[in-house]
Amino acid sequence: MMLKIATLLMKPGAKMALLALALVFPWLAANEYQVYVMATAFVWAIAVYGLNIITGYCGQLNLAHGGFFAIGAYTLGLLTADYGWSFWPAFVGAMVMTAVLGLLVGVVSLRLKEHYFAIFTLCVGFIIYLLLDKWEELTHGPIGVRDIAAPYGFGLVDFTETVPFYYLVLAFLVLAIGFMGRLSRSLLGRTFIAIRNGDELAQSLGINLMRNKVLAFVLSTTYAGLAGALYAGMVRFIGPEEANINHTFDMITYLLVGGIGTLFGPLLGSIGIVWITQSLQFLEAYRMIIFGPLLVLLVIFFPRGIVGSFLTWLHRKTLVPAQKRKAAKATSAKEAENNA
Amino acid sequence: MNLFLQQIINGLTLGSIYGLVALGLTLVYGILHIPNFAHGALYMVGAFMSYFLMVDVGVHYWIAMAGSALIVAALAIICERLVFHPLRHSPPIHDKIAAIGILLFLEALVQMFWGADFRRMSSPFTGILNFDGLIIPEQRLLIIVGALTLVALLQVFLRKTMTGATILALAQNREGAFLVGIDANRVAMMTFGISGALAAIAATLYAPINLVYPAMGHLVIMKAFVIIILGGMGSVPGAIAGGMIIGFAEAFGGFYISTAYKDIIAFGLLVVILSVRPQGLFAKGAH
Repeated sequence: MMLKIATLLMKPGAKMALLALALVFPWLAANEYQVYVMATAFVWAIAVYGLNIITGYCGQLNLAHGGFFAIGAYTLGLLTADYGWSFWPAFVGAMVMTAVLGLLVGVVSLRLKEHYFAIFTLCVGFIIYLLLDKWEELTHGPIGVRDIAAPYGFGLVDFTETVPFYYLVLAFLVLAIGFMGRLSRSLLGRTFIAIRNGDELAQSLGINLMRNKVLAFVLSTTYAGLAGALYAGMVRFIGPEEANINHTFDMITYLLVGGIGTLFGPLLGSIGIVWITQSLQFLEAYRMIIFGPLLVLLVIFFPRGIVGSFLTWLHRKTLVPAQKRKAAKATSAKEAENNA
Repeated sequence: MNLFLQQIINGLTLGSIYGLVALGLTLVYGILHIPNFAHGALYMVGAFMSYFLMVDVGVHYWIAMAGSALIVAALAIICERLVFHPLRHSPPIHDKIAAIGILLFLEALVQMFWGADFRRMSSPFTGILNFDGLIIPEQRLLIIVGALTLVALLQVFLRKTMTGATILALAQNREGAFLVGIDANRVAMMTFGISGALAAIAATLYAPINLVYPAMGHLVIMKAFVIIILGGMGSVPGAIAGGMIIGFAEAFGGFYISTAYKDIIAFGLLVVILSVRPQGLFAKGAH
């Protein structure tokens, strides 16, 4: 029974059903606030997909991800509020900005391995926070940015309303997941996984480590920039706190709970935890008392998260018996041969 | 001239604190190859323990420092046993994430008990020494002398005693250390204990001229990481030298360049140095 449900989940139809569920969610929701929370969860999910590229597939723990999210949000916010750009050009500008900065940071930081890379990006994240906080001429300092433009609906839709904005975010999420799906099955995605599994081995296979790692990093920061820009368009008021290291830690938690290096882990982790946090509002300030030990327990006992553990379980249930049957057939055929 | 000397005193004070924190970090890295992101949380817990012992229990500054060092050492050993020991064969990314988990947990826990407010910790050393116009607060002098003494004691322990030598042996050559019968578990626990105690003492020394609050460990730990990268990860003299470099860079940079950006100096320095020498300033060969 369990197995049947599980195999059903693996069918392509399951994705369609999931999408249909997301499409009708505004009618299922009890009030507009729930739609808003779901849209927030989607925005975080997009950012976590970015983290999944560099950390999940490529194996490099990037602790500046929240910083790039903030850069995306600030680029959009400052371009629309201070420089009079309209939303969509500023939106593209935010992605270009995070991609370019990602390239610059990536070229320097990815020369470093493992711990050095994690520590370096931790420092980069902190520099981003300090700059947003101190560079008052550009960023308004601790006051933050107000009057950020909402997405322009070309006279057709009004994205300042919650429900249209929800669909906008959903569209970008589907695009983000679709791109991820293509990426994970492509040669490039496999190259990233090869680097994660051992970069010396990958190098000996002729993989250009630096070029691929930088590419993964730029992709991930662009995802973060996209999510940050959507976030700025949604809340329309941002401050230096967006670059707080805790946002990066939150995203790592989402990624780890859902399943690091899996296609649907980031989605499951983001939606699940955002809703759990919502329903435990009184815990908001102390949620880390639960999430901290949860992170530790996860890496010790379920390092592959919910989706990863599920896939392992399914693999064992379906593939192993099939192989056993094959093996049994082969031996019985051999026996028959011997008997003849 | 006096202003210049004043900056030297400031640099020495900062460098001493950073050096103590970085020492604990580098010792743990040398043994277990874990960048312990939770070390900053241990530093913070150390300050709160001293604060608690002094204000709520009412003991003397020195006793509070010793008590806090013991408590944090125990806490660090518990972390090693419960978290890092089970993860010793996992991919390196897991250690880092688990360390972040501990960091988040300890911060939230302290915030639950004491709130996010900034607190001032008193110290019996409030006097100010005046050497012909050069003003040195007693607490700063205590920090410099205390840190130097601790570093000297630690050096004696590591170089001259058998127990201390096992730490160095394990850091230098794991297989070799096993061959001569060194118990890795014992050494790992001892190293974590020492690193926790050093963090607690550093926090108790520094808190009276700074403030006590749950996020106080963030900047210090990040600077300590910068220091051990500069000094070569796992190197004891490197941690002390690196601590002094960052301490002086901050004191002089903050004074002569900009106070607002003084916290960026350490990280800017790291970015520049790692761009030119990815293996750190003093490290031999590639890592």
